[in-house]
Amino acid sequence: MIDTSEQLAKALEAVAGASDLKALDDVRVGWMGKKGHITDLMKSMGSLSKEDRPVMGQKVNDLKRAVAAAIEARKSALADQALQAKLLAETIDVTLPGGGQQSGGLHPVTQTLERMSALFVQLGFTVAEGPEIENDFYNFEALNIPAHHPARAMHDTFYFGDDRLLRTHTSSVQIRHMENNGAPCRVISPGRVYRCDSDQTHTPMFHQVEGLYIDKDVSFSDLMGHLEQFLKLFFDQDDVEMRFRPSYFPFTEPSTEVDIRIGGGRWIEVLGSGMVHPNVLRAVGVDPEEYRGYAFGIGVERMAMLRYGADDLRVFFENDVRFLSQFR
Amino acid sequence: MKFSEKWLREWVNPAIDTDALAEQLTLLGLEVDSIERPVELGDKVVVGHIVSIEKHPDADKLRICQVETSEGEVQIVCGAPNAAVGLRAPLALPGARLPGGIKIRKSKLRGVESAGMLCSGKEIGMGEDSDGLFALSDDAPVGAVIAEYLQLDDCTIEIDLTPNRGDCLSIRGVAYDVAASNGLQITEPATPAVAATIDDTFAVSIEPGSGCIRFAGRVMRDVDCAAATPLWMAEKLRRGGIRSISPVVDISAYVMLELGQPMHAYDLSKLQGAIEARNAKAGEKVTLLDGREIELEADTLCIADGSGVVGLAGVMGGNSTGVQSDTRDVFLEAALFDRIAIAGKARRYSAFTDAAARYERGVDPQLQERAIERMTALVLDICGGKVGPLVLVEQPGAAEVVAPVPLRRQRILDLLGCEIEDTQVERVLASLGIELTATADGWTAEAPSRRYDIRIEEDLIEELARVYGYHKIPRTSPKTLLTMAPVSETELSVKRIRQVLVERGYLEAISYSFVDPELQQQVNPDFASLALANPISSDLSVMRTSLWPGLLQAVQRNHSRQQPRVRLFEVGLQYHPAGDGIDERKQLAGAVSGNVRPESWQAAENTDFFSVKGDLESVLALTGGDWRFEAAVHPALHPGRSARILRDGQAVGWIGELHPKLKEVLDLTTNTVLFEVEMSALADRALARSEPLVRFPSLRRDLAVLVPSETPAQAIIDVVKATGVDNLVDAMVFDTYAGQGVPEGQKSVAFCLILQDFSRTLVDADVSQAVAIVLEQLGKQLGASLRES
Repeated sequence: MIDTSEQLAKALEAVAGASDLKALDDVRVGWMGKKGHITDLMKSMGSLSKEDRPVMGQKVNDLKRAVAAAIEARKSALADQALQAKLLAETIDVTLPGGGQQSGGLHPVTQTLERMSALFVQLGFTVAEGPEIENDFYNFEALNIPAHHPARAMHDTFYFGDDRLLRTHTSSVQIRHMENNGAPCRVISPGRVYRCDSDQTHTPMFHQVEGLYIDKDVSFSDLMGHLEQFLKLFFDQDDVEMRFRPSYFPFTEPSTEVDIRIGGGRWIEVLGSGMVHPNVLRAVGVDPEEYRGYAFGIGVERMAMLRYGADDLRVFFENDVRFLSQFR
Repeated sequence: MKFSEKWLREWVNPAIDTDALAEQLTLLGLEVDSIERPVELGDKVVVGHIVSIEKHPDADKLRICQVETSEGEVQIVCGAPNAAVGLRAPLALPGARLPGGIKIRKSKLRGVESAGMLCSGKEIGMGEDSDGLFALSDDAPVGAVIAEYLQLDDCTIEIDLTPNRGDCLSIRGVAYDVAASNGLQITEPATPAVAATIDDTFAVSIEPGSGCIRFAGRVMRDVDCAAATPLWMAEKLRRGGIRSISPVVDISAYVMLELGQPMHAYDLSKLQGAIEARNAKAGEKVTLLDGREIELEADTLCIADGSGVVGLAGVMGGNSTGVQSDTRDVFLEAALFDRIAIAGKARRYSAFTDAAARYERGVDPQLQERAIERMTALVLDICGGKVGPLVLVEQPGAAEVVAPVPLRRQRILDLLGCEIEDTQVERVLASLGIELTATADGWTAEAPSRRYDIRIEEDLIEELARVYGYHKIPRTSPKTLLTMAPVSETELSVKRIRQVLVERGYLEAISYSFVDPELQQQVNPDFASLALANPISSDLSVMRTSLWPGLLQAVQRNHSRQQPRVRLFEVGLQYHPAGDGIDERKQLAGAVSGNVRPESWQAAENTDFFSVKGDLESVLALTGGDWRFEAAVHPALHPGRSARILRDGQAVGWIGELHPKLKEVLDLTTNTVLFEVEMSALADRALARSEPLVRFPSLRRDLAVLVPSETPAQAIIDVVKATGVDNLVDAMVFDTYAGQGVPEGQKSVAFCLILQDFSRTLVDADVSQAVAIVLEQLGKQLGASLRES
């Protein structure tokens, strides 16, 4: 009787030696095919004795199973190798930048306006807009700034040669708002304003957020508390100090300007405010004995410059993409 | 207002240093703009007395001076032309350090020893005068340390005054505030009436209805106008920013700085007839003290005599009657002019004077007599002379009557939000000179004439809060009753629109609302624009009728700064004149040039009409409208690459490639695509509505048709959709082609039909039927034929 272990060793060697699927198939045909070694063995069993035949049959079957298993294993190993090779060939340089569009950005003035609005809206303020080309009444007269008032010199106004002018502040929007809605009211008016002035720290156009809070029990103490909280939250820094400095605006009394100081530096004025002047309330038909309130005006560019560290106002309106790209 | 700290301290001297004083002023509302600190001269700069002078042997311009000091004579070589025997001047001895870091040593000048330097004003940090030695008065003690003798240890404080505080344009006004803040009394210089020594007067009249309210005048004779202004006065003026000119002129400036009353002195011999304060007649002329001749308008208050106008009231005196060094007889004026009469005149006649600045804000209406007395006393001291009686002329009924102002205890609490004790209220207001009388619910207050600005209760409360200290008023946290407000879901927010564009790589621009009229004319020639009467410059002189001029300039600026890739959008108003009014229309606009995406290692794609149209469509898709683009011509755009944008049939915008001619004018380096849409057309949004999903598969059929070249793709889709074939859910163009294989004058448009039924799976027969109908209609309406492949 033949010992199949020698056959098995040979077969396994052939399987292991097959370096690709084609060679492996050749091995399979050579062993398991119709003319393969194992088939030959099967055929040769007829010459064996009756006693030996089942023993031999068992051995050949074991051999066949073992070879088939080895071929399968080898096949999957080779497939795996081929896949690995393919994947390796597909390697990319992951450090190259990604393609496609990149996000642009909002203008720092818009971002600042939105930040400011978001804070006041929490206090129940709503946003109002109004015309930029105004007349003398809404921009000056109703705000207790009659003709020849020295405060007019503080507003270098752009005129159109008639009663019309470019608003010098968005307080005009508040007048319109009160005229239409009366008291009480809580409103902020963001927008473009214009002054006939141009140098390193002035542009002929800039942005303001003005606020107005009129009710029966609003006081100067509220004004200071609310604005203090606003400034703290806006700058969101521990080293911001602020001071309320007496000032003068024709449309408020008492009036105050607020200075801030960051990290012990210089005091910088950031906003003007005060208790709404009784003449202003009367001009829009609100009784100053019944209602009172505060108003404030904040320069948006100034706040943006302090918040983002920009030091030249003029670049805000040059629209240089290198500047704008800094505000994602 | 700029003043010497020492001068202020003569009036009120709180025990605080300069910085604390400045802080206090600022927190009183008298904001300190700057503090000029004294020059440190040390004790090596002393009063020198030139006792002899001889020529330098080897230099024409130099002289050798023997100078007396407290320690004997020293030899100084000096080049100043005014060096003269007997002159006393600052002498810097070896070891002295002068401003600008100059160190003084013993040296030789052209071989002659010099033991120091005789100094000009500039060299010791006093003003700009460097022409000659700083001449000290003849009684300057020889050898005295200059810094002490000239009291140079003084700061100059400049405050930035708000328009309501005209009273603080004087030492007196500032002193009152400082005194109130420190609980001190002020020491005012005594101004007793000077007894007349002669009877001479000069006639003054006031035109009724004019802006002259009071006019105090006095004749003085035998005044020595050639006398020298004393050093202490010249120094106070210099530190107040006023140059010393001549004694009488200096005294008038001094009184103005001290008390706040603008003064004027006329040469009496040059006045003719009588003085009248009246409104000018249009066209009258006067030559001002600065030498300019101006022509007056009829609303201008002036001072006239028999010869005509001799001064611009409250602004500047006239040249013909001014005091000269040989003037002997003077007529002093201290007038009160109405603020409104003076307002704007300085600007109109370009004469921004200290007087005008005070009259525009207002002057103490009771101050005139006192100011004349003060000036008289100073003139007598410095120039001598004889004094005529003070004559006061008032315009009947012109003086304002100020009623006492009520001040309610409750109102203080209501307005400030904090209680201030009665005794505090009384102390603070009394310290400002405000007299209070107690009433049932508070007080009535009478402000001194100095504080003519106090008219209403709020004025008093502001004064109270200011002096009490804003920092002592508690700051309350917001406490407010909140109600929910509606939140609309059918409004499209500007925020969302901005976000979409930002996500698509756009940067938000903000450009000026006024633009260059020439560029605007080229971009938008069909619209009139509103011009500014006083533009800041000619290239920012008309209100924009489109956002494109500003955006194009931004593109231009970026291109010239090597930034060819520009993707800008702006949301803002454009302004169209509409009769007497103005139509302010909010627009969304954009300007795009360069590569669509940032430069990278991957293939670049240039911005073209379609890439920008895609960006814009992503915004339009957010709205609830039906949007269409139709070919149309705009003066700023390439005629073959521009479209009018319609929403629900209404024209609301434009998109297109910048016209090549404009590209050339603006010198742009790449093509630029522009768009604009009215924001009102983007304002609404359809509320989302969920439809059930169809579970049966859809079928797609691709077709290509030949149509005349000019047929818009949109027309094909419109015809397809209008056929109303069953189960058509979508149709879209996926390719267009012209060239080989397509007849001249035609193009091939490939499109697909997508069909789907909600209740069954469609079969080929359904599709064939739809295709047949579509082709038939395309043939009929557009002359299209199926392109055989």
